[in-house]
Amino acid sequence: MSHSFLIHDDADDVGVAVTDVQASEKVTGVYMSSGKTVGLTSRAAVPLGHKIALRDLEDGAEVVKYGVRIGRTVTAVREGDYVHTHNLKSARW
Amino acid sequence: MVAGPTGYRRPDGRVGVRNQVAILPVDDISNTAAEMVAAMIPGTLALPHAYGRLQFGEDLELLFRTLIGNGANPNVASVVVIGIEPSWTERVAEGIARTGKPVEALSIERHGDLQTASAAARVAQGFLQNASELAREPVDLSDLWISIKCGESDTTTGLASCPTVAKVVDRVVDAGGTVFFGETTELTGGEHLIADRCKDEATRKKFLAIYEDYVRMIEEGDADLFGSQPTEGNIRGGLTTIEEKALGNIAKTGTVPVVDVLAPAVAPTIPGLNFMDTSSAAAECVTLMAAGGAVIHLFPTGQGNVIGNPVVPVIKVSGNPLTVSTMGEHIDLDVSGLLSGDIDLADAGDRLLEVVVRTANGRLTAAESLGHREFVMTKLYRSA
Repeated sequence: MSHSFLIHDDADDVGVAVTDVQASEKVTGVYMSSGKTVGLTSRAAVPLGHKIALRDLEDGAEVVKYGVRIGRTVTAVREGDYVHTHNLKSARW
Repeated sequence: MVAGPTGYRRPDGRVGVRNQVAILPVDDISNTAAEMVAAMIPGTLALPHAYGRLQFGEDLELLFRTLIGNGANPNVASVVVIGIEPSWTERVAEGIARTGKPVEALSIERHGDLQTASAAARVAQGFLQNASELAREPVDLSDLWISIKCGESDTTTGLASCPTVAKVVDRVVDAGGTVFFGETTELTGGEHLIADRCKDEATRKKFLAIYEDYVRMIEEGDADLFGSQPTEGNIRGGLTTIEEKALGNIAKTGTVPVVDVLAPAVAPTIPGLNFMDTSSAAAECVTLMAAGGAVIHLFPTGQGNVIGNPVVPVIKVSGNPLTVSTMGEHIDLDVSGLLSGDIDLADAGDRLLEVVVRTANGRLTAAESLGHREFVMTKLYRSA
């Protein structure tokens, strides 16, 4: 497997690790719609199934996955960061 | 690809893929007698459950619909209904009898468990022998009413197992079949996507009324769904918010329009993708969909929900390599190759369709072979 994460939609801010990613690892992601790839360096360990930021996001920014908002950041996020409950919250409840 | 599906065509024309003789208690206190019958006549299926006493209003109507719907389900050849009092027992039996299948009602008061079970066992024995003579016949894919609901979701359900189910949903609906989905809570964040897919304005209004009613119930009750939605398992699997969970959930509904909106445990009348208002709790949801007439359930799972149902075979699909390797006995189809890129979605859909056909033809699902028989009533409010 040459890729470490998958991205649902071209508009997404996050990818999903399909293997356990270590901190400071150079990793490749694949866009599921086009097969196009993207490379970045992880800033933290990201377990299989968990999310990695594809770009810098400000505190309070909308986070998009599947091309749709899945919540807002509660702190600034940098490209390659691990994204989960510590920095992303629902915008619904 | 294996040959086409086969099934049992019932007197009402509907097709089942199992041939159960059900011993159906109307209420919790009749479970013991029902289980006595199933013990005396091996091969019959007792359906014990927790409720049925002092319910009233819409909650009671839902109980009746759920009991009658499961008895009427085409996977059931015939039914012995046992209740403590005669009138509710007869009401359930009469509802099931409208399908034309054999039904008998027995009530316990003035007879006791032993005499009731003995009389019921004689009926059940005859039903079982008669059912054993019914034969499978070739049927169309569109004859198989299919329900879908995922559980213990994680990000792999949205990446792999839900899109795989979506392929089958589109194929079945394109063939003229009937599919239903539900999980009102777990549409939160993607409810607009479902609303946009409703076939017309009236259907859209019906859907949004149910969804908004649910949200109001949560808000008025001042309830905090944090900790329940997403669940601990969801979060461990990488899902962070209800919106993210909902979008993965919706990924299994395919691309076809939503043709109707159903109250819980109501049978669809329009072929195509139907929405049923259900809880997202797996056993409650599958039981309601079985009452609506589903004969096969497709269940994408990420972290590994182990649910089964006594009336409907539940087919588990997982794309999480960890779950497939640690909980393989629960998984009917491994689609983790979608994560590694070893298979594509069209492939995965073909494989699932083959599992559906083999299950229709009699292959036991993982849950059936393990004896999972979760039959769970949805309770709307406390009893009188």
